[in-house]
Formats: sequence, structure tokens, C-alpha cells
Amino acid sequence: REELLLRPLPAGDVAAAFQFRTRWDADLRRGAVSHYRLFPKALGQLVAAQGVRELHLALTQGFWRTQSWGQPPLGAPAGAELWVWFQDSVPDVDKAWKELSNVLSGIFCASLNFIDSTNTVTPTASFKPLGLANGTDHRLLRYAVLPREVVCTENLTPWKKLLPCGSKAGLAVLLKAERLFHSSYHSQAVHIRPICRDASCLAVSWELRQTLTVVFDSFTSGQGKKDWSLFKMFSRTLTDACPLASDSKVYVDISPKNKEKELLEVTPTPTSVHEAVVQGDKRTYAVYDLLSPSLFNSSRSLNVQLKWKRPQDSQELSTPVLHAQRYVSGYGLQTGEISTLIHNTHPYRAFPVILLETVPWYLRLYVHTLTIITKGKENKPSYIHYQPAQDRKRPHLLEMLIQLPANSVTKVTIQFERALLKWTEYTPDPNHGFYVSPSVLSALVPSVIAMKDVDVEESPLFASLFPSSDGSSYFVRLYTEPLLVNLPTPDFSMPYNVICLTCTVVAVCYGSFYNLLTRTFHVEEPSRGGLAKRLANVIRKFRGVPPL
Amino acid sequence: MAAAAAAAADEAERSRGRRAALCFAAIAVLLGLPLWWRTTETYRAALPYAGIAALGRLPLQLSVPISVVFAPGSVPADLPRQLPYRDVREEPVPVVSRSDVAARYEELYRGTTAREAAALGAATAREADAALHALQDASPGSLTVYVVPESSPLLPQGTDVYVGKHRSALLRAGQGLAALRARLQQLTRVMALPATSIAAALADRVPDGQLGPDARRHLKSSLGYEITFSLLNPDPKSHDVDWDIEGAVGRYVQPVLDKLSAVANFSVDSQILYYAVLGVTPRFDKESSSFLLSAHSLPHVINPVEARLGSSAASLYPVLNFLLYVPERSHSPLYIQDKDGAPVPTNAFHSPRWGGIMIYNVEAPASPQASLPLHVDVDMVRVMEVFLAQLRLLFGISREELPPEFQVESPGNEGLADWELDRLLWAHTVENIATVATTLTSLAQLLDQISNIVIKDDVASEVYHAVASVQDAMAELAEGRLRSAFQASKEAVTSSERAFFDPSLLHLLYFPDDQKFAIYIPLFLPMAVPILLSLAKILREAKQRKKEPSKID
Repeated sequence: REELLLRPLPAGDVAAAFQFRTRWDADLRRGAVSHYRLFPKALGQLVAAQGVRELHLALTQGFWRTQSWGQPPLGAPAGAELWVWFQDSVPDVDKAWKELSNVLSGIFCASLNFIDSTNTVTPTASFKPLGLANGTDHRLLRYAVLPREVVCTENLTPWKKLLPCGSKAGLAVLLKAERLFHSSYHSQAVHIRPICRDASCLAVSWELRQTLTVVFDSFTSGQGKKDWSLFKMFSRTLTDACPLASDSKVYVDISPKNKEKELLEVTPTPTSVHEAVVQGDKRTYAVYDLLSPSLFNSSRSLNVQLKWKRPQDSQELSTPVLHAQRYVSGYGLQTGEISTLIHNTHPYRAFPVILLETVPWYLRLYVHTLTIITKGKENKPSYIHYQPAQDRKRPHLLEMLIQLPANSVTKVTIQFERALLKWTEYTPDPNHGFYVSPSVLSALVPSVIAMKDVDVEESPLFASLFPSSDGSSYFVRLYTEPLLVNLPTPDFSMPYNVICLTCTVVAVCYGSFYNLLTRTFHVEEPSRGGLAKRLANVIRKFRGVPPL
Repeated sequence: MAAAAAAAADEAERSRGRRAALCFAAIAVLLGLPLWWRTTETYRAALPYAGIAALGRLPLQLSVPISVVFAPGSVPADLPRQLPYRDVREEPVPVVSRSDVAARYEELYRGTTAREAAALGAATAREADAALHALQDASPGSLTVYVVPESSPLLPQGTDVYVGKHRSALLRAGQGLAALRARLQQLTRVMALPATSIAAALADRVPDGQLGPDARRHLKSSLGYEITFSLLNPDPKSHDVDWDIEGAVGRYVQPVLDKLSAVANFSVDSQILYYAVLGVTPRFDKESSSFLLSAHSLPHVINPVEARLGSSAASLYPVLNFLLYVPERSHSPLYIQDKDGAPVPTNAFHSPRWGGIMIYNVEAPASPQASLPLHVDVDMVRVMEVFLAQLRLLFGISREELPPEFQVESPGNEGLADWELDRLLWAHTVENIATVATTLTSLAQLLDQISNIVIKDDVASEVYHAVASVQDAMAELAEGRLRSAFQASKEAVTSSERAFFDPSLLHLLYFPDDQKFAIYIPLFLPMAVPILLSLAKILREAKQRKKEPSKID
């Protein structure tokens, strides 16, 4: 199944979200002889060998601006994120995790091999298995974020290789690296999870979901116009569906805003129109089914275009119900403060949110300074899990369940002290600062409009990844900005200076001591006076006084 | 008087200064130097350099126990001794290299037991072979040759030697011992020590150009292999190709691998790749209205495919790739042409140490209106036949040219006779030993050349273990116990590789010398210069004093 969702964002950006789903009706746990058809062999072998139950890997460049762009189709922190649930039969989870991250770094050409115990945590509440699972023993979960990771073409190519049709046919034709990385936001992800094979759920299938989200700034590239087309964004057009796909659709979000209809126009005419409630918002999609033969009858290729009928200038931003910001405050190089602002803009409903903070060990958190303030009053979290850091071994892990009152801003602050690193522990560019991975907000957000029970399999993109338990709320996972913290940086030529200085001091002491012991000293009779005496005599001569 | 006293005091003072300077020098040499040496020394555990050097020449002795059993009425008249008796025959293995490999055939001549005689009374050679197999407990590497009377009905007319499925052969008695010996020699060349494979195993030590192309075809000996079958479908729009690989692997490949499991571990998997194209555009041939790939363009075929195949994520064993390529509709039918321009009958080729590719042409549908994609079921028997033949080639289990009077029993479903497996074991054992010798020698050389490398105790113990195992393997080979020799050689390979690739060897390797000087000079220069100067002065004075008394005299 391949799907592409195009969504115009406020301020003239366009978000394009690709999703490719591969299902494999086989039990990976069996091990012995494995035969792969559509499922990529490299990943299948990895899952079987390391006893992985669920794997989620996201590589992201840029930051999704929740406040102005709305909820992301699928959240991801800047950099690389990996979280894995292992089978309960895995004897040594840490070893499997290490090997897994090393192999993945080989497959995706990313530096995931930098994942070690200093940036790995085991959250207790924030991450639940998304697929079939019996038992959620969080000891089988590992989570790590590398905010430093830079995502580029070399990560995209292996990702494309995993697609059954490669980039030769279907929607993947649009994935041209040159255009994808010329964008404001780029996030590619791989999700593997076990799912039910059919409705009765007697057998397990494996689902590989490859997603890619890009945000193009069509406003600046289109000379001030917000119109866009597939060709303009990707410099390619669609010509056919992947022949192996059972489903190949392009969705264009044409949801009317401000109750004004017919604000925008899409060409060519869509094959159908689909309405759905996604993330608490009613949305209308124009659907192009690439498998229907009528689409390619008139023209050989599909170039979806969207034109705004009239320029809307004063478009109000519909802020999402939940969004968050984070920043570092404080001055000097000794202490500082991390503040997180969580906004709940829902007019009348309060809801709880799980906040996960992972802070590296070189920022020493003072937990007693943790304050959570909502509307001027202290807000006591109903659940706190804190795992203190160990120097050079593991990071701080702080998980809290916070109740957010309706229409409020909650401020979470915690103070920290900067530790001194050993001089070999600094990165090659220490003055750039050290990244602190984004905090994760997971919440069941109550929906503003009532949702009807829709078939989750039918709704586009990611709805089936986080099925909502009831119709009144939906699941959101948000990531805040990664932080950049300056640590006290020494002068790196210092060790050599110290060596030189000590050596000089030692040499001077040694030299005088040596001379004292080995030289012989004579008492010399003063033959003539020193300089002072001669000077004094000259002066005395002038004055007519006998010399000394 | 006062001047004399002052001079005496001066002299006493001067000699005290001399003693002090000498003390400084003595402390610096006796205390400082050893302290400096001890604290900055790189830790280097002792290694068995002598043992490693002894491996260099590879003094291998391969012994093959052979029993020659005479059926009643076949004993040659000119036997030197009464049956049973033992005989040892040694001959050098013709390997052109810097090593002494010698083969030693330990022959035991005896008569048949009653049960063997009964088994030899079977109607055909095949039945006799099966019956004899039940009687003997032949260890790997050994051979049993049954000499049957000249008039025996077991061997058909014109056949003098029958090579069985297991480790035995039937031999028609000839005229006298000399003829028998000649036959035996021929037989051992076929069934026992594979001279060419052993030469190939020692290929690293043989100068280039002295080995045939076959020698480089075999896979390197390894503890395990991964076999990957890939179906390449470059045109999924017009072909919907389906193959029953699971059944085919179970039916054809697994029996062979079960047999080979004594040699290495195998894992099998398969995948289907879409839109994977060959790197060469085939040439259209008008006469046969087909597309042709010429032999000289085949090397370019593999590279673009290789990128798609994907390396194995789960293990480090070498991968054997077998590709089945279904050509695009616009390029079918596609045939491979050999050097003379004739189409290759199997339409397949193999690449040494990599795997094989077979091209599977899909017949064009009878009616052009047939709906696309066309469903194709691959005929796995035809494909597996080719792949299995390629697998045998890659493992070097190819039959040698046989004299016409030899008859070889086909190994049946297992695809491999016991004696062929033994030959493989011989070759792999020798190759393992050669690999270990090379690895250890180069490790020792490296450590000898670069004094900066730290040798930790665990690395040293791995090296000791490798040397011990390899010596063990050589001893077992000389005793003729092939299986334990192979086990020991495998262990030796594992330990030697672990020692060679141990990351701790690299720790201090890149510590540059100029940094060392930069750190040492500010301390050592100011301390050493006064000591050296005063020593020089003392020396000079001592010399002068030696001269002065002679002047006074």
C-alpha cells in the first residue's frame, strides 16, 4: 500500500507525507529458513536475529513547528530517534540493543552506532507497543535519541532501497533527493510492528511502514504565490502505480477553512472525495487512485495542482490543542535552568499528558528544584518516575504525568549544574555546545468535534498506527526542540602548557640545586667597587669630597 | 700558610662537588632511567614466536589409512608377506610452494571376514557397496578397497574399478602385485587426497600464474556460509513471477547441505527483487530474433545487481548468491553466448567465489492480447539443477577426469558421496592450517615491526591457543584422523582471527613521535645537560691529573 498526503499548511508551506506499508504474513520468530518476497531481507533478518518485537526508527532534519503548522502527521524529534521493543525471549536486552543499533547504522548509513548506555533510557510510561503485544514489561524497551545526527541523501538511498518497487515506479518516483532536502523539514521513518493478519486475529503478520514527511516552502519558491503542483515541488510527476501495490492513492487536503468554501481549486478532478476526522479535526481530502485506469486516460502523467482562488492574507492560525516549547535559561557556565512550556488550548477540557525528559549526565539535575506551575498555582504531578544519572554511564530520565487544565499554560522548570568533562570527552567542536535531546509529550487529546467510528484501515496515512480507543479523544506524541547547552570548555592546548610550565619549574629548581651542590665557591676579594660605589665617587669628586 | 690552607679547602670543596655530580649522574642512571622505562613501557605479553616461525614452512604430513581387502581367490601370488600385513607408502604432494606437504598412505592388507565375503557375494556392485557399508565403520578420510577375483560377476565387462557411494571401492584383481599397486595409486588419486584442491588451498603461498583458473574458483574455507537465492524481476508490470523456493530448497538443497554440514554451517534464505536490472543492455540478434549477452560482457552484469542484493545483517559469513533473472518483456528471450558465439545450453554462468546467475526466459503468450501481468510459475527442477551444479563447482567438488575402466556410483539424492566429502574436508583442513599460519606469521611480523602495539594477555592467550590448535591439527592429520584435525583447524582459525582483529592492538598505534618529544624535551633537556657537562668536566680533569704526575716525575 502506498499513500501520499499533501496538505497545504498555513503561511504557504506544503507538507507532503508518504507512507509505504508492506505486510508480511510470516512468523519472524521461527528463525530457520527465511524466504522474503516484498519484505526487505536485511530488515527481516535483523528482526529475526535480534528478537525484535517492534522497531521504530526516525531520521529527521529540521523541526516541525507544531504551533504554526498544526499537529504533525507523525512526530519525530530532530536528529535520529530509535525505540525498540524486544521479545521477552531475548536473554540480554542491552547486548541485543547494541548490536541492533550497530547493524541499523550500517543499513541506513547513519551514525546510530553512537547509541550507547549514556543516551539510552528505558521509559516506563511514555512508549507503549503500537502493535500486538501481550504484556508491556518496560524492561524490554529501549529508547535513544541522537539530536546531533544530520540526515542527508546517504540516509535516503538505503531507505528507498527497502521499498518493493524501489524508486522506479509508483509514488516513490517523486522521492528525488535533490528536492527533498531543499525543504524546511524532512523526516523519514521505518516502523516495524506485528499486527493481526485478519479480523479474527489468530495469526500474526508483520507490518513494515516506511514514512517520509517533507515540508516545502512553496511561498518563497513560488514568487509569493501559494500555488503548488507536484512538478514544482518534486520536479517529477506521477506516471503509474507500483505494480505490486494493492492500493496507491494520493490525498490532497482541501478542507475548507473559516467556513468559506471553494477557496482553492485542484486540478485535475479527483477520482473521489474522502472525509475523515483526523487528529480532532474534520478534513476533506481529494483522492486520486493511481490504480484506477481512468486517471491516466487523458494524460500520461498525473500532476496534481492546487491554486488558491484569491490570496488570503489575514488567515488566522488555528493553533493546535496541545503544543509545547522548551528553552534553557540562566547565565554563566555553572548553573542553568531547563523550562518547558506546555500549552493546552482546548476551550473546556482538561487532559493529562506524559512528559518524558532525557538529560545527559553532564547536566546534573537538581530534582528538588522541579517546579510545575499552571496559572500561577503549583500543579502536582500524579506520577513521577525519576532515574538519576550515573557519570559516563546513563542519563537522567524523568517521566511525569501532568494534568493540564483547560485553556492553560503549564511551566515545568528544573535547574541543573554543568559538569566538567574530561578533556578527551569533548566533541571536536566543543564551542558549538552540547545537545540535549527533545522531551517527549504523549497525550490523549480530547477532540473538539465528535468523531464517528470510521474504519481505521480506510483512513489515510497514520490513523491506523495510533488507533483511538474511543471516539472522543486521539493520541498525540509531540517532541519539543532539542536544546543546545554550552559547557565550560577548557583551552585544549592546556595540557601541553601545563607540562611545559611544570617542566620549567622543575628544571629551574633542579638547576639551582644542582649548581649549589656541585659548584665550588670562592670568596673573592673586592678589587674595585661596584657600579654604585663608582657612581658615588664620581658624585663625590664633583662635590670635592674625598672618594670612598 | 693561609693560602695553602685555602687551596686545600678549595681542593676538598672541589672534590665534594665532583662527588655530588657523580651522585646525580648515578641516581639519574640507576633510578631515573629504569623508572622512566617502567612507567612508559607498552605492555607486550610474550608470544610463541618460535612456534609461529615453525608454522611458516607448513611441514604437513597427510596420512590416509587404506585397507586393502582381498576376497578369496584374488590374492596375488607375489605378495611379499603373509596376510595380514601393513605397508607404508609415502609420496610428496605435487605442490609448488615453500612448504613440504607429504602424503603417507598406510596400507593394511588383509583377507575378507566371513560377513564381508558374504556381502561381496551380492548380485551387483551397488548392492555389494550398500551391504559393505553396513559392515564397516570407516572413519572420515579412510578408504577400503576390496579386491575381487578377476572372474567376479560384480563388475561389468570393461570396468576394472567401481567407486562406491561411501568410502569403499571394488577392484578387479590383475596380474600380480605391481598391477594392483598401480591401480591402487590411481584409485587413491581419485578418491583420497585431492592434490589440486590442496594446491589451491595453499594458493597464497604459490606464486601467481602457476595455478589454473579452477584453483581460484573455490570458496575460501570459512566456518559458515550463507546461501541466498534471489529472483530478479525487472519488469513486474508484465511478469508476475512466482517460485516455490521453500519447497525447492527443502527438496533439493537441504539434503546436500545436511551432508555438507560436517564442513561448515549453512543458512539459506531467498528474496524477490523487483526492478533489478542487469548492467548490460543485451544485443539483438535478428537471425534467432532473440537477445544475446556475450561472454565478455558478463563481468559487468553483476555490479548493479549486487547493490540491490543487500548484505546480510545477521552474520559475517561469506554469502553465496544464486540469482534467477527473468528478463524484461522487451528483452526476451535472452540467451548467453559463450566465447565462440554459441548459446550456452544452461543459460547460466557462475562467478568464482560469488555465486551464479541463471537467466529464465518466459515464453511469450500465445495471444498478444493476453492480459498483463503474465503469471509465471518457475520450473524449480530446471533451476535447481543448475544452481546445485554451480554450488558443487563453487565448493570444488567437481569430478576429475577418470580413466575409462572406472565406474563411479552416483551419490543419489544427497548429491555428494562420502569420499567426496572427505576430499572437501582434506582441502578445508589444509586451507585452514595455511590460513592460520599466514595470519599468525603476519601478526608476529607486524608486532615485531611496530613496537608501539600493546599486546594484552587475552590476545597472547588466543595466539597460544591458535598455535596449540594448529599443531594439534597437524598431529591429527599425520595420524590420519581427519575429523578431529578439521575441528582443531577450525578452532585455530577462530582464535587466530580473534587475535589478529583484536581492537586493543590499535590503542597506541597512532601515538605520534613528535608529541612524545614535545613532552620529553622540556624536562629532559634541562636535567640532562648539567649532568653531562659536569661529567665531561670531571673526565677532563681526571685526564689532566693523569698527565700531571708524569710531568713531575
